[in-house]
Amino acid sequence: MLKISKAAGLYFVLLTIAAIFIVPLWVMLATSLKSNELQITREMASVRALLPLPPSWDNYKAVLKGEAFGTPWVRFFLNTCLIVASVVIMGVVVNSMAAFALARLRFRGRGVLVSAVVALIILPFEGLAVPLFLIINRFGWFDSFQAQIIPFIAHPFSIFLFYQFFNKLPRDLDEAAKVDGASWWQIYWKIVLPLSRPVIATVAILQSLEYWNSFLWPLMVTRGPEFRPLSVAMNTFFGLPPRQWGDVMAFAFLTAMPLLVLYLAFQRWFVQSVAQSGLKG
Amino acid sequence: MHVIKRNTQIWEELAAWCFLGPAVVLLLVFVVAPFVMSVILSFTNHRLVSPLPTKFIGFTNYSRLFQDVSFWQAFKNTGLFAAIVVPMQSGLALLLALLVNRRFSGIYFFRGIYFMPVVIPMVVVSVVWYFLLMYPEGLLNAVVRVISLGKAGPYDWLRSPSLALPTIILVSIWQGVGFQMTVYLAGLQNIPHELYEAARIDGASAWQQFLHITLPGLRNTHIFVLVTTTILAFKLFTQVEVLTQGGPLGTTNTLVRYIYVVGYRELRVGYASAASVIFIVIVLVISLIQRLLLREEREVT
Repeated sequence: MLKISKAAGLYFVLLTIAAIFIVPLWVMLATSLKSNELQITREMASVRALLPLPPSWDNYKAVLKGEAFGTPWVRFFLNTCLIVASVVIMGVVVNSMAAFALARLRFRGRGVLVSAVVALIILPFEGLAVPLFLIINRFGWFDSFQAQIIPFIAHPFSIFLFYQFFNKLPRDLDEAAKVDGASWWQIYWKIVLPLSRPVIATVAILQSLEYWNSFLWPLMVTRGPEFRPLSVAMNTFFGLPPRQWGDVMAFAFLTAMPLLVLYLAFQRWFVQSVAQSGLKG
Repeated sequence: MHVIKRNTQIWEELAAWCFLGPAVVLLLVFVVAPFVMSVILSFTNHRLVSPLPTKFIGFTNYSRLFQDVSFWQAFKNTGLFAAIVVPMQSGLALLLALLVNRRFSGIYFFRGIYFMPVVIPMVVVSVVWYFLLMYPEGLLNAVVRVISLGKAGPYDWLRSPSLALPTIILVSIWQGVGFQMTVYLAGLQNIPHELYEAARIDGASAWQQFLHITLPGLRNTHIFVLVTTTILAFKLFTQVEVLTQGGPLGTTNTLVRYIYVVGYRELRVGYASAASVIFIVIVLVISLIQRLLLREEREVT
């Protein structure tokens, strides 16, 4: 008896906490499915805020077609995808290459460079944003994709994660390959990288989260919908009077969806990446 | 033989710089250069658009900053935010991790739910919470009314000077706590089971086990969680920009938002650079403390 009531108590606590995390997201979804703005305001302080009755796709249609905010949601989605994918893919190559040299090759200045990379991890981007903005302007990159991609490809923390991983791979690999006449590039590309899937996943996931979320920088360097990512577009439409909550919530739900789906599909990888970023310290 | 060896050494060195090239150039241009610039610019009166030529003005920006009421307010708000968020969020994260660090059916479901807000963009989180926090008829006010049996509220969460910062804190914890929970969970699972078994054989209570095995076993995790959460707290910007724009009466303005407004909107680059340098120094000091503590730990073990 005692055991059963203890288990029931535990489930009660777990479910209550789960509700705290779920309800706000559920309200977002429910509100996005209500087409009548008056109904939304009338029901927002009752249980009916959780019930999308009657459900309607009107807000989604308006947001996707661009009737709601002038530009279709997909435009911003593609902008964000292009930015995040470029940063992540080029980042994985550039950072792992650098880490490969730091971990596997002998050259003068290696120790200094490793310490320099570790030191750069600490520098907070927010403290560099204003002078970086001057540099971007000087390059003529204001309101462009480059401004949102190129400064973020090289990433000290990613270099560090790769460096730690490469350091642990057995040295015999390189030696054996060298005896067989492999070049350094072949060792990196054909031997080391294929073995590095776990760390590539970690870096890719942490970077995707960071840049899908980035807000301050695109707020500074984009002007119109052409190059603007989802986060800034969301904020702009949120501030546009008169506020149509149905459209805003549909836009919000669509914006949260892609990462949410990826998370649900690859939950184990997400959790491992986060845990790893912590254990390394 | 000697010549061949020298040759391969030179080749290796050359190869290394080819591999490093892209990263080194990018880091120099987009990280090191802005850092050096912000230090240099902080001693000038540089503006983005200005008829006056840029001049060195020594420590004037810094002495002005220290007399600038709105800078101090942003500084204090950020410090207060960190001082409350860091212990609360880390403590809650540890409690959640302890709660879900057991085996029974459905546990992965709960872990998954608690982590979910972490993958939702902060702008979206802020917009959704703005809706829940509406005055007087938002869902949170309704919940408060029901729980307090109609005695409390309604509160104007985002426009009351005494409530705005605590509200920002709640939203931030709601979004971020799953991250630290996951880190703590990994830390808990790294503690060897044998320690608990031995303690149980010796007749230690659950509380004693927690005090003498769990807490010391999590020492490095604590340091990591505390320091990363502190640094994240000092970077506070998005939720404030979306929910309150630093208001009401500047009670939710933060260091990063101050830098953004002064340097970007008002184009006072020199002045904003001085604030940036102070911001960077704060983050640097926190990170150095972490490294010292971790090194000490490595020497002990």
